Amino acid sequence: MATKTKFEVKLGAATREAFGRELVELGRANQDIVVCDADLSKSTMTVYFQKEFPDRFISCGIAEADMVAIGAGLAYAGKIPFVSSFSAFLMNKGFEQLRVGVAYPHLNLKAVGTHSGISIGEDGPSQMSVEETALACSLPGFVVIAPADEISCRALVREAAHHVGPVFIRTGRPKCPIVYAAGQTFEIGKAVQVAEGSDVTVIANGLLVAQALLAADILDAEGVSVRVLDMHTVKPLDRDAIRKAAAETGAIVVAEEHLVDGGLGVRVAQAAAETIPVPMEFVGIQDTYAESGETDELLEKYGLVAKDVAAAIRKVVARKR
Amino acid sequence: MPKSIEELQEIARRMRREIVVMIGEAKNGHPGGSLSAVEIVVELFFDYMKIDPHNPKWADRDRFILSKGHAAPVLYCAMAEAGYSDTPLDRLNTLRKLGSVYQGHPDVRFIPSLEASTGSLGEGVSLALGMGIAARLNHSPSRTYVLLGDGEVQEGQIWEGAMAGAFHKMDNVVAIVDYNRIQLDGFVKDIMEIAPLADKWRAFGWHTIEIDGHDLVAIREALAEAQATKGKPTAIVAHTIKGKGVSFMENNPKFHGTAPSPAEVQLALQELR
Repeated sequence: MATKTKFEVKLGAATREAFGRELVELGRANQDIVVCDADLSKSTMTVYFQKEFPDRFISCGIAEADMVAIGAGLAYAGKIPFVSSFSAFLMNKGFEQLRVGVAYPHLNLKAVGTHSGISIGEDGPSQMSVEETALACSLPGFVVIAPADEISCRALVREAAHHVGPVFIRTGRPKCPIVYAAGQTFEIGKAVQVAEGSDVTVIANGLLVAQALLAADILDAEGVSVRVLDMHTVKPLDRDAIRKAAAETGAIVVAEEHLVDGGLGVRVAQAAAETIPVPMEFVGIQDTYAESGETDELLEKYGLVAKDVAAAIRKVVARKR
Repeated sequence: MPKSIEELQEIARRMRREIVVMIGEAKNGHPGGSLSAVEIVVELFFDYMKIDPHNPKWADRDRFILSKGHAAPVLYCAMAEAGYSDTPLDRLNTLRKLGSVYQGHPDVRFIPSLEASTGSLGEGVSLALGMGIAARLNHSPSRTYVLLGDGEVQEGQIWEGAMAGAFHKMDNVVAIVDYNRIQLDGFVKDIMEIAPLADKWRAFGWHTIEIDGHDLVAIREALAEAQATKGKPTAIVAHTIKGKGVSFMENNPKFHGTAPSPAEVQLALQELR
């Protein structure tokens, strides 16, 4: 067996930055792309689109409910609206409009939340979105995506634009480690195996993919072979990859920067229960609100770094035996 | 060929009968707010709006959103009378029944010719703005009309939309308030006062017109004035009578959300001859 290449943390752009850049490319290719923002364009990075296509940028002010429903109106009329704000405001204040305005008539609208999770940092819990995956997944027909790095984010934003139907994309504020080489392809609903392994599988998304890769290296030194899947699409879930992981590795850890209630973990557990039940452990935010602090401090304090994933792996492997 | 006032009045009379019968058959529904909006909807669908029921997705058509979605019967009857293929006249009495295209609130999954699914109050102005912005981007003459309930304007989103409509100078959007003064729990003034309503729209930067919402000529003139108004959207505050046309339903909060009994249907039909 070849020596495993260790994962090295090299910071790339934030996923929100990748979203903003890709949006400009999409705008150049398709006149029907329209962007709505609620006074956060310099943070959601839709400002790049605004600069190049001022006519197709709709300033909605601090009024997320109105913004989402304006987007719905645009979609009814055949446009491809991207509506964007911090995840916390987009999904909570705009939820009713996403439900009756967008999901129910199954409109071709793309909702992109930025500053997701606790990694937003100093602004604190009122701005931290730790429940939006649960909310988004509760909308019938919605595709829900949480990219791991700038490469996958740009590709998945592109895929979302080409997908006909409602999509929610979860992006983050901080620069994040690069997981993928340029040119990697992505498909909605298809997990990417980012590390091969046979003893246990870590299924992660967002910032936790890089942490899972670091954890896999820690466990490799301990003689445990860890498979890592980037489950960038939370809905529809790649049930084949989960079944295969359960069958071939016999234990699963799910890791996400989201409340453990209602996130990727419970969805993977459901899929495993319906196919091949195996011991599982969950890395995520417990039943609490976080606090102000630097990104790295917060991820450490709330149990979302490599050592936490490693601990969960040891635990699940022990249960397996 | 434009219809005469007499022809429009005849359509309104037929629609009132259909509304009463279909809600009576359904045994539940919202007759009062359907009957108050009949003339507004008739004037739009049979006189003013540029629509083609045989080509419902015509790109430059005018659009109508029933933001007060609980008044679905008035919209269903108008579309059925207008001849849309997905709103059959002979199926109106299946309102609210399992599998019927005539769902409790308008649902584009069942009637693709509808412009929007509605039912959660407060969303219509924003939807209309989105459609209006799309029309502007497409250099289309399409105009969008949204009908609001008076109780509905208690929703905060209405005023988010009002602010945005004026800011974006949406002169291809018209909001019409069916000001019948009654909501589910009682009289609007007792539940949450909305007066002075016209002043509110004016303060938000809309060209505002107050009319008798049962006067077809007044409605037409207001719609024309709205179309002639450039640089700002128009709000038409249409003073109406809840339950209009059926004496025992008029101004009676009970008939906001209660179906008439079979005997009441017969009484109503005698009045609506």
